[in-house]
Amino acid sequence: MDTGFAQRRRRDLVVAAVFAVLAALVPLFVKDVYVQNIMVLTLMYAALSQSWNILSGYCGQISLGHALYFGLGAYTTALLFTKFGVLPWFGMLGGGLISAVIAMALGYPCFRLRGHYFVIATIVIAEIALLLFQNWNWAGAALGIDIPVRGDSWLKFQFTRSKLPYFYFALGLACVAWLVTWWLEDSKWGYWWRAVKDNPDAAESLGVVVFNSKMGAAAVSAFLTAVGGSFYAQFVSYIDPESVMGFQFSLLMALPAVLGGIGTLWGPVLGAIILIPLTELTRSFIGGSGRGVDLIVYGTLIVLISLARPEGLVGLFSRRRKGAVR
Amino acid sequence: MPVTAETIIQSLASGLLMGLLYGLIAAGLALIFGLMDVVNFAHGEFLMIAMYATFFLFAFFAVDPLLAAPLVAAALFVFGAVVYLLIVRFAVRAKANAGMVQIFSTFGLAIVMRGLAQFFFTPDYRSITHSWLGGKTVSISGIFLPVPQLAGALVSIAAFGALYFFINRTDFGRALEATREDAGAVALVGIDKNRVFALGWGLGAALVGLAGAIMAMFFYVYPDVGASFALIAYVTVALGGFGSVFGAFAGGIIVGLVEASTALILPPSLKSVGIYAVYLLVVFIRPRGLFGSI
Repeated sequence: MDTGFAQRRRRDLVVAAVFAVLAALVPLFVKDVYVQNIMVLTLMYAALSQSWNILSGYCGQISLGHALYFGLGAYTTALLFTKFGVLPWFGMLGGGLISAVIAMALGYPCFRLRGHYFVIATIVIAEIALLLFQNWNWAGAALGIDIPVRGDSWLKFQFTRSKLPYFYFALGLACVAWLVTWWLEDSKWGYWWRAVKDNPDAAESLGVVVFNSKMGAAAVSAFLTAVGGSFYAQFVSYIDPESVMGFQFSLLMALPAVLGGIGTLWGPVLGAIILIPLTELTRSFIGGSGRGVDLIVYGTLIVLISLARPEGLVGLFSRRRKGAVR
Repeated sequence: MPVTAETIIQSLASGLLMGLLYGLIAAGLALIFGLMDVVNFAHGEFLMIAMYATFFLFAFFAVDPLLAAPLVAAALFVFGAVVYLLIVRFAVRAKANAGMVQIFSTFGLAIVMRGLAQFFFTPDYRSITHSWLGGKTVSISGIFLPVPQLAGALVSIAAFGALYFFINRTDFGRALEATREDAGAVALVGIDKNRVFALGWGLGAALVGLAGAIMAMFFYVYPDVGASFALIAYVTVALGGFGSVFGAFAGGIIVGLVEASTALILPPSLKSVGIYAVYLLVVFIRPRGLFGSI
């Protein structure tokens, strides 16, 4: 049994490496800027959803307020750069650390809550932050921040002429988020988290420090989400509270993991690959009318997939794989 | 406007009326959750279609919202039961990730409903211009109360009274309570679980339908109108405590009063911060809300 697990993990790593290399080659053949844009967003959501999955999927603490950490990452980078000229790379690190600290500070009272009380607490905390940012004049209030263009360079992490650097960074971020999850899955933390998710009382009695496990998951998850937010700020070069901290964003981060398979290594990746192109394509091909047809299609798909595949779409693959072994 | 004793009483009075209406909006959510542990993430959109139904009854047939209210509630009853039979019935059967499936199947429904509203009704803001009660105020010993909100508060009190009678004194209410306690065992005494759940969803939707008809008298109607009230409804239910319908009544009053008091201290754009902060404060002290059992 154990060797089977070790084998599976080694195979996961090989498959991921092959995928990453293939993905890195795609821009050599796909030159269309519109398609490249979709690919960047897909990779970003794969990374974000993977980060969300650590706290909500593995540890079972369902957060619908992750837009808070995404927004903090975006705002830290943008504010440090526009107000003090600090390079985005430091902003990225700073935003990640601030988010991790805030996640733990918020976790301290919140992790005593269970079920829907916890979910609603995450929603209202993100909502409070959104309202405060909308009224914070120094940070641009509701109008947001325009990140000034200072010429294309990796040092300033700004590229106006090509999307490719963003593509490779997003690919790197998705790989890091995947690797962190892969590594944590088989660590002491990973086992603690699954125990906490299945039955916190039983886990506690077996010596798992439930509270610390949740805090650890929150910190890692918030850090990675904030790095995604910093990236997004550089990528779109304009942020405002609603577009980086809105409730919709918290849901968008959770959706790929939920549709792909919550609490699984491949769920967020698979979910993002299917969902994000679908969202973008429906938006640009049938959403142009402004009459909500894209919402109808998108919403119907969410209903159908969540009803037909409650365990997520990864179930399709593992079942086939098992059949092949037999 | 300087803060005097008079302005404080004035805003607390309006806050109380609004709070009773919040309670009515949240009642259906609390009922459905108490019955089957499902949070309806399309609750705000139920409110939205109720407001549109009221608006169109007024615009095309000149039916006053006050008369439209029972019709809208009846229509929403059917709608709620259909949503249960077509979607929720299957969502609660999910063997894996039951909580997630409920959240996202109802959330997907919310997106579809918003899309449909945009498609058929356009994103324009609409309002009912001259209903019987709209725009009128009454003065009670120097305190001015808007009549539509006053009517809403009275409807809310009446609805909660009827709900209390219904749950405690009728056969269906007892069946509801029994199904809530043990959905498996009720089958043994000949209660069809699915029928009870469908009727529970119908009743929950009818309550929010009533609230929508009242809201349409003084609030704009547009496809996204439900989203802002939905979050307040979730907070109201959680504040009162999940599983307690009358917790939603108390929760609504508290939310209304807190919102009004916050608006006295902070800029109006921050008035929701008070509601959210009070929710956090309450659950940090009492993790199951004020009257929650689950």
